[in-house]
Amino acid sequence: MSMIHVRTTINGDATEFVCDPRETMLDVLRDRLALTGAKEGCGTGDCGACSITLDGQVVCSCLMLAAEAEGTEIRTVEGIAEGEQLHVLQRKFLEHAALQCGICTPGILVASKALLDENPDPTETEIRYWLAGNLCRCTGYDKIIRAVTDAAAEIRETQ
Amino acid sequence: MALDDAATREFKVVGTRPVRPDGVDKVTGRARFGADAYAPGMLHGAILRSPHAHARILRLDTAAAKAAPGVKAVVTRKDFAEGQTGENWNVLENIMADGKVLYDGHAVAAVAATSVFAARDALKRIVVDYEILPHVTDVDEAMTAGAPVIRGGTADNSVPDSMHPNVVRFHENGHGDVAAGFAEADLVLEESFRTEATHQGYIEPHACLAQLGPDGKGELWCCTQGHFVAAKTCASLLGIDASQLRVTASEIGGGFGGKTTVFIEPVALALSRKANRPVKIVMDRTEVFRATGPTSSASMDVKIGMTRDGRITAGEGSFRLQGGAFPGAPMEFTAMCAFAPYNLDNIRASAWDVMCNRPKQAAYRAPGSPMAAFAVESVIDELCNRLGLDPIEVRLKNASREGTRAAFGPRFQRIGLVETLEAAQAHPHYTAPLGPNQGRGVSCGFWFNHAGETAVSLALAEDGTVSLSVGTPDIGGSRASMCQMAAEALGISYDKVRTTVADTATLGYNDVSHGSRVTYASGLATIRAAEDTIEKLCARAAAQWGIDREAVVWEDGCARPSGPNAGDFEPLSLAKIASRMGRTGGPIVGHYEATPEGAGVSFATHLVDAAVDPETGATKVIRYTVVQDAGKAIHPSYVEGQYQGGAAQGIGWALNEEYVYGEDGRLQNPGFLDYRIPVASDLPMIDTVIVEVPNPGHPYGVRGVGETSICPPLAAIANAVSNAAGVRLRELPMSPPRILAALDAAQTDSG
Amino acid sequence: MVDVVLWGSLRPFADGQEIVSVEAATVGDVLAGLVAAHPGLKPQIDAGVSVAVDGRIISSALGEPVRPDSEVVLMQRLKGG
Repeated sequence: MSMIHVRTTINGDATEFVCDPRETMLDVLRDRLALTGAKEGCGTGDCGACSITLDGQVVCSCLMLAAEAEGTEIRTVEGIAEGEQLHVLQRKFLEHAALQCGICTPGILVASKALLDENPDPTETEIRYWLAGNLCRCTGYDKIIRAVTDAAAEIRETQ
Repeated sequence: MALDDAATREFKVVGTRPVRPDGVDKVTGRARFGADAYAPGMLHGAILRSPHAHARILRLDTAAAKAAPGVKAVVTRKDFAEGQTGENWNVLENIMADGKVLYDGHAVAAVAATSVFAARDALKRIVVDYEILPHVTDVDEAMTAGAPVIRGGTADNSVPDSMHPNVVRFHENGHGDVAAGFAEADLVLEESFRTEATHQGYIEPHACLAQLGPDGKGELWCCTQGHFVAAKTCASLLGIDASQLRVTASEIGGGFGGKTTVFIEPVALALSRKANRPVKIVMDRTEVFRATGPTSSASMDVKIGMTRDGRITAGEGSFRLQGGAFPGAPMEFTAMCAFAPYNLDNIRASAWDVMCNRPKQAAYRAPGSPMAAFAVESVIDELCNRLGLDPIEVRLKNASREGTRAAFGPRFQRIGLVETLEAAQAHPHYTAPLGPNQGRGVSCGFWFNHAGETAVSLALAEDGTVSLSVGTPDIGGSRASMCQMAAEALGISYDKVRTTVADTATLGYNDVSHGSRVTYASGLATIRAAEDTIEKLCARAAAQWGIDREAVVWEDGCARPSGPNAGDFEPLSLAKIASRMGRTGGPIVGHYEATPEGAGVSFATHLVDAAVDPETGATKVIRYTVVQDAGKAIHPSYVEGQYQGGAAQGIGWALNEEYVYGEDGRLQNPGFLDYRIPVASDLPMIDTVIVEVPNPGHPYGVRGVGETSICPPLAAIANAVSNAAGVRLRELPMSPPRILAALDAAQTDSG
Repeated sequence: MVDVVLWGSLRPFADGQEIVSVEAATVGDVLAGLVAAHPGLKPQIDAGVSVAVDGRIISSALGEPVRPDSEVVLMQRLKGG
């Protein structure tokens, strides 16, 4: 099977790769581009561990063929911090102990950031439904919801 | 081992909530989990699995797969070492079938190729002819005369000869005279309960990267709760020396007991040996559900007698657990935990370990205990309802205390059950008003906790900082609590300590991160290694000052002269002594290697409010409070996290999660869409109360907390749902169809 | 002699006795004494047992001391998730 040549932008950097037509965006991020922050928890779009944004929309990268990335702008967990400056969400996740094993954390951070970019003052219910596609087996979500709420408050205060 | 001074001690670092040391790696995507490792020349492995629940392999032909493009190795059972015994034999039999497949998903062959696609394509070229055999997946059916025999001759000598060959172990415990006890009761209830198998549901599928050469030397990277056990087991299955296989534990994306054994690791090693190249295997989610270890399903009968004033006069239980096509269902713990919260004169608990055509069960958080609590605590709740008694008052009246002879034999040391009940009773949740179609449930839960082999080393750097090596994979933030305990013991600050999970070549043998043992055992080991270090630091100070070692004490991170003849010297800080250690005797390293024996048991009481929609049978947990004895919370945030996580998993087990088998014996729901674990919008905030009744077996009073939190939820939620619906639910999960059926049946009865 | 309490399903291997008295100064002696007195117990003891001594559950250490007046109870070996 011949490979496909793809040009895209990832975390602000122009990126080119070749891929098998069967490869998902998650496969390419992890296996070809060494961006292993996105995780494969299910491969069927049910767990959200592979969440990335595609032109600003949260998608499961396991459900997207890599060839579809042509001409798009992709962001992953690796692009959330700015240099040594953690994003407020990352800081709040640490302060609130909103992770135990941390495997779901990249996807939840990507999804939470997309939420706060769109809605800087979400209610608890809005956060819970927004994150309903991101499974966490360790925390019971309590501390995650608190971290996102607290991050939103800090963002509102500093803007 | 005595409690040092936990009751009176003022902690400086222990009990605070610092940011975890692996935190930044985990919020930036840098942390390396099982599937995040790559090696030069790496091949990708894939495993062919049985589509049948029970079948004889008539022919297994791998020639075409070997010849397929990109394929470098194919392995079957004959590529593993013969002569395995005991649990190693069971593990080998589970990771690669030999002659007969025992469950849907059982591995029969594996391929390593230059890409994942090439490996998967090659699997399709393996020819397997099966003779399909009758199968059984239900525990009660598997015990019935005429049920297909899965593996004859497996039963041990505890099983009466009259039992079906699928019954492989029997356990009974108790004391007193239950018949006499029931005769004393004003009301005796006997009810039957069932729970389905659930999966630990860790979000990270099993993954490993293996390299094994023809010289018998190997390296293995894998996500595991116990890399030392992985090394031992893999070495045996491959026929190599354990010390020649260095195993490194990756970051682990959840385990909950499911990663205490090996599945793909020996297969990757066998492929690597044959190809003489590194091989990576990553399970997909379907494989995780079909071929790793879910928990046991259970069928149980419980009979309890109570007097009008709420005294329990006797308890009797019969517990049947299936653990897949292998012995090992944790039925003895079901029987031992069932009545543990209560001080009863008359108890009898019997349990059977039964084989079915299902995957080999693995430990899941307090294995065997949650189902026991579901059955026993449901009957107690029903007795309270019928006798018009307050459920917490009744539990307080019967609660186990220090000195109570436990159902499983010995007398309890200092325990905190009463304290959790009193805290639950005093919590505003317990008296908050309920709305229509809402009910409240209470349950207690018990788990033993474990200690196990433990080795740590604590090395000083010349700048006065500390490198702590532990051998227990960090499954929930334990590196933070290790840093805290080391800092506390040495009298230095938290950020001066770095804790690493060392590989198997670096440290002595460590038992798995299981049994809620890590903060207890590696914590105790850390404190003792710090004390060993302090001993050495004081000796260096004494030598420098030219005084006796006995005239030096360690206080606030410094050696100080002490006593009448010690002399007057400036205190020497850890950093100061460390800076000169190369010229005062060499590197300073503290050690602890032992099997501590003092893991304190632990109890919890949970409160739940649930709402049931009588039209649809849908249930929602609307309020949840966990009260649990932690002994001493080293990092309270992660203790709360364990409480909340256990409760959430219990909510899933109670309401949604189940293994669904078709008539053909195949698993019908091997994915997160159909095997539905709780999502954020399903759950309320989960309130926590940390009770601290110090464990006399730990220097700071720690009790393990990871497992007890999943013991009460099944029962607490069942009691809440039953009280909301006005009908007793005796089967899990309490899915909408089951609730509607129970409501219908109740209406038919009363109509 | 130390009195050792057996759990219910072990008793058939000890002539139905709930309590077996053995000569023992350590947990290891207790286990060896039980097997010597009742060889039928060996498979169950080999499969893994813990020994509770005055309420302390000893899961491994054979050297832990036992006194004649100790309350000694045999238990299934513990494991966890």
